[in-house]
Amino acid sequence: MPANGKPRVAVFKLASCDGCQLQMLNLEDELLDLAGQMEICYFLEARSQVLDGPYDVALVEGSVTTEHDLERVRDIRRKSQTLVTLGACANTGGIQALRNMQDVDEYTRAIYANPAYIHALAQSTPIAAHVTVDFAINGCPISREQLLEVLTSLLIGRSPQLPAHSVCVECKRKGTVCVLVSKGIACLGPVTHAGCGAVCPGFGRGCFACYGPMESANADSLCQGLAARGVPRPEILRLLNGFTGWAEEFRSAAERLERATT
Amino acid sequence: MIATNETRTIRLESMTRVEGEGGLRIEIRDGRVQDVNFDIYEAPRFFEAFLRGRSLREVPDFTARICGICPAAHQMSAVQAIETALGIMPGQEIRALRRLLYCGEWIESHALHIYLLQAPDFFGMESALTLSKEQPELVKRGLELKKIGNEVMTIVGGRSVHPVSVCVGGFWKAPQRQELLKLRTRLEWALQASLDTVKFVSGLKLPAFAADYECVSLSHPREYAMNDGAIVSSAGLNIPVRDFDQVFLEEHVAHSTALHTVRAEHGSSYLVGPLARMNLNRSQLPPAARQAANECGIAWPCPNPYAGIVARAVELVMASEESLRLIDTYREPEPANVEYAIRAGEGCAATEAPRGLLYHRYRINDQGIVQSARIVPPTCQNCRRIEDDLRLMVHGILDRPDAEIVDACEKLVRNYDPCISCSTHAVRIQINHR
Repeated sequence: MPANGKPRVAVFKLASCDGCQLQMLNLEDELLDLAGQMEICYFLEARSQVLDGPYDVALVEGSVTTEHDLERVRDIRRKSQTLVTLGACANTGGIQALRNMQDVDEYTRAIYANPAYIHALAQSTPIAAHVTVDFAINGCPISREQLLEVLTSLLIGRSPQLPAHSVCVECKRKGTVCVLVSKGIACLGPVTHAGCGAVCPGFGRGCFACYGPMESANADSLCQGLAARGVPRPEILRLLNGFTGWAEEFRSAAERLERATT
Repeated sequence: MIATNETRTIRLESMTRVEGEGGLRIEIRDGRVQDVNFDIYEAPRFFEAFLRGRSLREVPDFTARICGICPAAHQMSAVQAIETALGIMPGQEIRALRRLLYCGEWIESHALHIYLLQAPDFFGMESALTLSKEQPELVKRGLELKKIGNEVMTIVGGRSVHPVSVCVGGFWKAPQRQELLKLRTRLEWALQASLDTVKFVSGLKLPAFAADYECVSLSHPREYAMNDGAIVSSAGLNIPVRDFDQVFLEEHVAHSTALHTVRAEHGSSYLVGPLARMNLNRSQLPPAARQAANECGIAWPCPNPYAGIVARAVELVMASEESLRLIDTYREPEPANVEYAIRAGEGCAATEAPRGLLYHRYRINDQGIVQSARIVPPTCQNCRRIEDDLRLMVHGILDRPDAEIVDACEKLVRNYDPCISCSTHAVRIQINHR
């Protein structure tokens, strides 16, 4: 943070749904106070004023899917002291990374009548694949509470304290009955990063890992456990290959599972 | 004074206070507006392609990710389209709960647009953050309204951005009556704040502008249409949703990763969204909203896109009022979702997203796997209309400097509350004077 004056903050968007930066505007009770403590230099969705870098903090939503994105993310990195990625797209390539194992030219032909007008890279990739990321906030969408924790920590100059445990732990804390054990519902909660408040099991359904893999997730072990409980292999593969499926932990587990079955 | 034999290009790289990223390009030659492009350069995300091969059960969670502002809208159109393909029809209780979730999204999205995105334009300010220094109570009212919309979505959907409770057949779990009753005092406040919002926007000086719109929306025999109905227009169109593809055509243009939808018959543009709905369906507003519409000083039907903010405010009243009614008459659906047998089929549905008509169509095989998907969001349908309106407006202000033209264009575009993230599942502003 600058020794004097308010920290200069910028919010950027690459390929994404807007939902993570919306979470900043969804901090309805804190937004005006937060905005008073920082200089929001660039946030196209919220303000017309645009101030050039350098920035103390850049918050980046979305994945890299075009040459233009790639240039932008390098430029953002050059201009920013601390780069914080927001959400599943920025951290894992997001749901649009489902194309990574497919033929993008075929995709383009499937949707757009004039494919020549479309410029897309073959893969949707996370920000960290291209530049150094200082801090990642997970989720699809990110949690407002975690965003607030990171912003306030950065404002006062301490390290953000985000949980490193799994969604499983959140269920136990809330007293939600385990959907996997009690109903045999396929659930990625044991290997998924906490933060959502275990919202899906609370609705009687399995976690589909929108917060991405937790640290040292043992996805192989969970896959074996799911298979042992009779979850069909194609369903396990579909679960792994979902909102954060391009994350190394899930991608490699899916590849191993596929190899084991052929 | 601009010489008549030169070409002038006016360009706006990135629009602000809209959802997602797009620009404008306007080309003026020999003193005439030659070309207007509302450029959507945001990267395409290929939803229709990667949905193929996925299970029909995953579709509501996947399509929510098209848009963080209107995820429930995509979920509503998606599940209803798939239910049509499967030949199932959830009961009235589920229908009512879906309408409540949708009301929450309308409140959240409309409050965001009125107070945070558009209001600063009427005060000559660059953002609501700046506006809040002069009018803190006004901005706080907007934020509180938005928060209440989010609370409705959270109780019904589990969370406001990308709700998790919606499934094919109904809900994973339905809220209990007492959980919904917690929202009652909040929604009573929201109803009053929405009425105050109508007064506030009615007092704004709206620029004069009139266009010959064909307004298009759903229309339902008994209520202000949200989840179902026939597709009607101010030009006399009245078709079942299944005929959408015969009547509306998507065109792919070079300057946009959003497909542009036009009327197939004559290639003309049309208008969807709050103004179109108010022009077509206002007689079905519930009492408080109807009274607010009658007393707001706008003569309906209204051809002025700047009255969109008033239409949106009246719909805030409607959504708050409807939420209260739906909570008071709530009966927990039992079961929360209807069982279904997988069968091959094709189905479509259209619902009214906050920004207008949202059409989804799916073909499913006998294993429940998606074979094809088609998604037509409201912004794709409004793109051509936005360009038509920009052309009309720029023609009247050619003598002004570029910066003023750009500013006027941006303000005009905000009336439509374009959602670029939705449209690029595919539009930029640049003005060319050559």
